[in-house]
Amino acid sequence: MSGGAGVSGRGSFGGFFSVAGAVAWRQVYKYFTNPAFLAPALFPLFFFVAFAGGLTRVASVPGFDYEPGYTAFQFVWSLLQAVALGGAFTGFSIAGDFESGFASRLMLAASDRRGILLGYVVASVVRATATGTLVTVVALLTGMPMSGGVDLFGLIGLALLVNVAATLFGAGIAMMLRTQQAGPLIRTPIFLVLFLAPVFVPLELLSGWIETVAYLNPFTTILTSARGFLAGEPTGVLSAYAVGAALVVALALWALYGLRRAERSA
Amino acid sequence: MGATFSVQMLNLARRSVVRTLRQPAVVVSSLLFPLMFWGINSSGLDAASRIPGFPADSYLDFSFAFPLVQAALFGAVTAGADLARDIETGFLDRLSLTPMRPAALLSGMLMGVVALGLIQGVVFLAVGLAFGVHIKAGFGGMLLIVLFMMLVALGFGSMGAILALRTGSGEAVESAFPLFFVAIFLSSINLPRDLIEADWFRLIATLNPVSYLVEGMRSLIISGWDPRPLALGFGCALGLIALTVAGAAAALRTRMARS
Repeated sequence: MSGGAGVSGRGSFGGFFSVAGAVAWRQVYKYFTNPAFLAPALFPLFFFVAFAGGLTRVASVPGFDYEPGYTAFQFVWSLLQAVALGGAFTGFSIAGDFESGFASRLMLAASDRRGILLGYVVASVVRATATGTLVTVVALLTGMPMSGGVDLFGLIGLALLVNVAATLFGAGIAMMLRTQQAGPLIRTPIFLVLFLAPVFVPLELLSGWIETVAYLNPFTTILTSARGFLAGEPTGVLSAYAVGAALVVALALWALYGLRRAERSA
Repeated sequence: MGATFSVQMLNLARRSVVRTLRQPAVVVSSLLFPLMFWGINSSGLDAASRIPGFPADSYLDFSFAFPLVQAALFGAVTAGADLARDIETGFLDRLSLTPMRPAALLSGMLMGVVALGLIQGVVFLAVGLAFGVHIKAGFGGMLLIVLFMMLVALGFGSMGAILALRTGSGEAVESAFPLFFVAIFLSSINLPRDLIEADWFRLIATLNPVSYLVEGMRSLIISGWDPRPLALGFGCALGLIALTVAGAAAALRTRMARS
């Protein structure tokens, strides 16, 4: 595999983007010709319905002061969950491509294999846009207020960072293991990170071990800031974007390491 | 093969339990995941115990029914998937060529599910007590909780058997898992029904039999011996068992006629 022109880093700039474009186009085509592409939205939608519907009364706990209400409070978590799971599902697709032998052929043909990674990330963003829109539409239909105005772009930016980070994490695992049995290894850590955050009440109302874990969880910074954007009261914006960007950079290195491992074994 | 029905059933129950215990991933996930979700939910929603009118002092006690019901659900999926594998691998077809009665397979498998429910019930009670759950109904209540859990496991397990016998596909049984999950969350699992503010959600929770199973178990933990939720809970569990066991038996007859 290492003998061709396709070794990572040796391709031309144009080759990098043409590979990325081809992979992204194939993935997007696959998504939109199979209704299962909306699967990452199902769990978030379900949790949104279950938590926003069943736990509204939690907003009456003394100290709960999220102005737009409990439905909006839960919507932000569900939206970020939908885009994160979109990344996880892209990881499953990559693992499936390796299992079917498609990824090996793709690596043989690619002039710059890093473009493969970018292609999957671009496709994941497209998918997350669709699933995120679905979750938003359902939330609006259930009466969620949108008071953020132009600040909502901040929320969208954070959702994109979460999606890209989750995609790169899933891609790294999928490329290292190259089997669909990697599914739980991709899904479980993402679920844990999502749930070990202030899901039901703000951080200030948590106590005990969950408060410590949520405080240390980098996703909490992003979630809190994203909720601020929806409320029209941006808070901790710089730190949230810094955490998001740091995660993307670190996980991009992780995904490139996975790609390198896949190259060696191919 | 002159064994009586009960001997056949016990042999198949033993096979079912041994097969489950030989899959550490299944055993660990059926114990670990419900406990993990309980840990996260009970800590994350601890503030809910400060809602005016909340029926318990601690959300940890209130939410203890969650892992019990969720574990029964895991057992149902495991049992259904195992039975589906028996169909996929032709075990059921080969069994139909022997004097062994097919009903023994179903009963044996369900006994295996009940045994798993017993193990889960005891483990969860031990973990719950270690983490500070206080069972108001005392030791008798704990025994009743384990019995309750075995009944719920039998009800859900029979549901898994119906799916397996109707579809003959392990994948189909596994894919039903989210539906069971939805049934649990759209109940009074997280808050008492009178504290659910959204009318539509309260209506669904009231119509959902899982609410009564949860409330029956929960009453032993947070209220002691309260006859109403206990009667409703046990009534629901027995009704669920009657319906699903009858459904599984009918599905088995259809499957055997086809094979």
